[in-house]
Amino acid sequence: MSAAFSADDYINQIMRAAEAQAATSPKTEFNRRGFLKVVGLAGGGLVLAFHVGGQNLAFAQDGVKRTAGEKKEFAPNAFLRVSPDGSILIYSKGPEIGQGIKTAFPLIIAEELDADWKQVKVEQAPINPAVYGRQSAGGSRSIPTSWDQLRLAGASARAMLIAAAAQEWRVPVEQIRAENSIVIHTGSGRQLTYGALANKAALQPIPDEKSLRLKDRKEYKLLGSRISGVDNRAIVTGQPLFGIDQTLPGLRYAVFEKCPAVSGKVKSANLAEIKKLPGIVDAFVLEGTGKVAEVMPGVAIIATSTWAAFQAKRALKIVWDESEASKDNWHEWIKQAEALAKQTGPETIFSAGDFTKATADAKVVEAFYRYPFVSHTPLEPQNCTAWFRDGRIELWAPTQNPEAGLAAVASTLGLPQEKITIHQTRVGGGFGRRLINDFMCEAAAIAQKVNAPIKLTWTREDDQLHDFYRVGGFHSFKGGIDKSGKLIAWADHFITFTADGQQPTSGGDLRPDEFPAQVLPHVSLTQTKLPLKTPTGPWRAPRSCSIAFAVQSFIHECAVAAGRDHLEFLLSIMGEPRWLKEGDPYALNTARAISVIKLAAEKAGWGKPLPKGRGLGLAFHFSHAGHFAQVAEVSVDTNKKLRVHKVTVAGDIGPIINLSGAENQVEGCVIDGYSTALGLELDIVNGRIQQTNFDTYPILRIPHTPEVAVHFIQSDFPPTGVGEPALPPVAPAIANAIYNATGYRVRTLPLVREGFTV
Amino acid sequence: MQLTINGQQYTVPDSEGSTPLLWVLRDHLGLVGAKYGCGVAQCGACTVHVNGSPVRSCVTPASAVVGQQVTTIEGLAASVGKTDGRLHALQEAWIEHDVAQCGYCQAGQIMSAAALLKNNPKPTDADIDNALAGNLCRCGTYIRIRKAIHAAAARLNERAAS
Repeated sequence: MSAAFSADDYINQIMRAAEAQAATSPKTEFNRRGFLKVVGLAGGGLVLAFHVGGQNLAFAQDGVKRTAGEKKEFAPNAFLRVSPDGSILIYSKGPEIGQGIKTAFPLIIAEELDADWKQVKVEQAPINPAVYGRQSAGGSRSIPTSWDQLRLAGASARAMLIAAAAQEWRVPVEQIRAENSIVIHTGSGRQLTYGALANKAALQPIPDEKSLRLKDRKEYKLLGSRISGVDNRAIVTGQPLFGIDQTLPGLRYAVFEKCPAVSGKVKSANLAEIKKLPGIVDAFVLEGTGKVAEVMPGVAIIATSTWAAFQAKRALKIVWDESEASKDNWHEWIKQAEALAKQTGPETIFSAGDFTKATADAKVVEAFYRYPFVSHTPLEPQNCTAWFRDGRIELWAPTQNPEAGLAAVASTLGLPQEKITIHQTRVGGGFGRRLINDFMCEAAAIAQKVNAPIKLTWTREDDQLHDFYRVGGFHSFKGGIDKSGKLIAWADHFITFTADGQQPTSGGDLRPDEFPAQVLPHVSLTQTKLPLKTPTGPWRAPRSCSIAFAVQSFIHECAVAAGRDHLEFLLSIMGEPRWLKEGDPYALNTARAISVIKLAAEKAGWGKPLPKGRGLGLAFHFSHAGHFAQVAEVSVDTNKKLRVHKVTVAGDIGPIINLSGAENQVEGCVIDGYSTALGLELDIVNGRIQQTNFDTYPILRIPHTPEVAVHFIQSDFPPTGVGEPALPPVAPAIANAIYNATGYRVRTLPLVREGFTV
Repeated sequence: MQLTINGQQYTVPDSEGSTPLLWVLRDHLGLVGAKYGCGVAQCGACTVHVNGSPVRSCVTPASAVVGQQVTTIEGLAASVGKTDGRLHALQEAWIEHDVAQCGYCQAGQIMSAAALLKNNPKPTDADIDNALAGNLCRCGTYIRIRKAIHAAAARLNERAAS
């Protein structure tokens, strides 16, 4: 089994686990984990634990920080505690990677608790999935998988506060209401604060969750408003929030150099020379576990400062054994794909009707699309602080996936999970990169060999060279248009990659339900898989982030060939309003699709007269349970100088939790989508990534930022996530706008490859 | 070697003279607001002020700032006379406009913006684009950064007028 194969297998496992969780309806999941009262804890008060899978799991004492002599407080469950002074502490259970969950999760609890948001303090919850359930940020699944769990946590605490007041006043609970951290007796107007009730509330029985009434949307006071992020003050004053900011007494600073071509091994290194350099404590070879998602072979350097470590890393001379290393070459793959494009693929992904027969007397449109490998490039490079002592390890990690990190570190060190403690830090950008915890495993493996806590810091170059990249791909399309101008047939020969010779590599799978396969009568989706060793992984809106460009651009090509308006053509493909799998939030709902497409078009002024060289472009994409349509307005001059003026977005993700956060995510998705489509491409030569810093990997800068208008349709479907689904339509909307402005069809990303500049 | 940072004197071993100011701040002095993003003055996450001008601390040797006034994000508010937890108008605007997503680049963005406002109290969008073109935001918060700078400028101008 090659190293690349094990990594890919591991990544696919993570993604499957995330998706399986989402497939269980959150409600059912919560019911399986009913609250269980646990009494008699040190520090007073009472705590609710979860009841998981028939096994009672007492709420772990170390699950929540407690200090000796702490004042008695009302701690109804692992998510919140109310102190007698009225302050409310809410624990946010998921990693904060910039998606705003550290504000959104507590808002959901506070809404059902009827808490005064000004009295709420938020802390990151400890990593303990047995207590908190899912603790991972990926797939835009934080909100849908936690919505009911968090609402019930807030509502049960509120019920206990009301019950305590009812006892105090000797009135029925029905006569008591709560608002802004105060309970009020409706008849007499008597009031008690949550703080005053905290001790008595702790003595109340835990309410049966079936007895709890969750609020109707009309009753929301916090949800749907614009709330500033809970860490904002700490961010703008430079407080030590991030993984890279962590420090410990006696801390040593570590770097780790791996082969730039994945799977290369250390043959020899100038360790003696390195150890003599100023500030260097030690240098040694790590064989690693041979798994890209854990630890690959390399040289670790331990120093008294980050800079000493970086300097020594530059002086390293390593001879690599590259006999099993990657020889991948992007330009070779392009040539192979272009040659294969003329045929259909050897494997069938999905077929419906009869494509050949249906296109016999139809107008057939053909086109070949390509998009490149790209990296995640979070601004905070991978890093992790680790301290190994007395057979236990403690890690401070900016990870998106601490739950999986526990298992990965356990596997790397051969330690049982109970000997591993993970402290979740704020994360300086995720985008899918930090679902894989290789940086944690490396820090753990290094810490095991050093008699001090260590902080492993990757350089920017390390981060670019050792990513789990968004995979590139190729689509050879045929579209069939009948005499009435209707799109009746669709063929896509998808040319992708495989690490194990069997499954498509992570992020490189075209699914049978990819739009528009399920809404057209004659469909042929086939596939060719080219072998690769370059590690790939989930990148913001995996699959959709790349496939949408090809699919939604080609639909526009078909509209043009049919002589029809793109908006009208796209709406007609959607057909009758229907949910393709009733009740499944991950299945397309054409009614919701039609609504967002119409709204985006209307808000952008679809059909308005525009000067020469200026155009509007439309695209829709459904992914991660979010329906999103976008219209880009661009102008292009005769030298192919491009300006994206404005992107109008319409989305339906159900009710909005934090409007400011949701709008911020959409703005970010548009800018990320444009940045990537415009200028980002990794060249792979002899297994080596060529773009190692921002000088050659030009992330979009402020002068090129378009205006973004965000419109949400707040439907009554349960809320879903917004970190990803607003990204996929950006690239095709811009490409289609370029066509409408100039008549030039973009079929290759990035746009700079097609000669466009800004 | 004596460094003046946020009005305070720090003694740093002479052997660190060639170490970039960024790493002296972060590893030696515990001031971690300035961030490492690229190490080659491309991303601006490490931006601090030297005598009021924005510099990239990742490529500025510590010895180069001896005798100069260094201000980091931790000392920005105090540098304009805001003490006791009060903030610079830009920091307030950043909170009110909920600018940050991951937040990693924002200290650098604010330091670049603060230097801009000092010289140009009423910047246009184009002025902001010029002054902040060296600061990357991977999350794409540029729209809010512009809004927050305009809001802070308006507030400072109001205060100056009253």
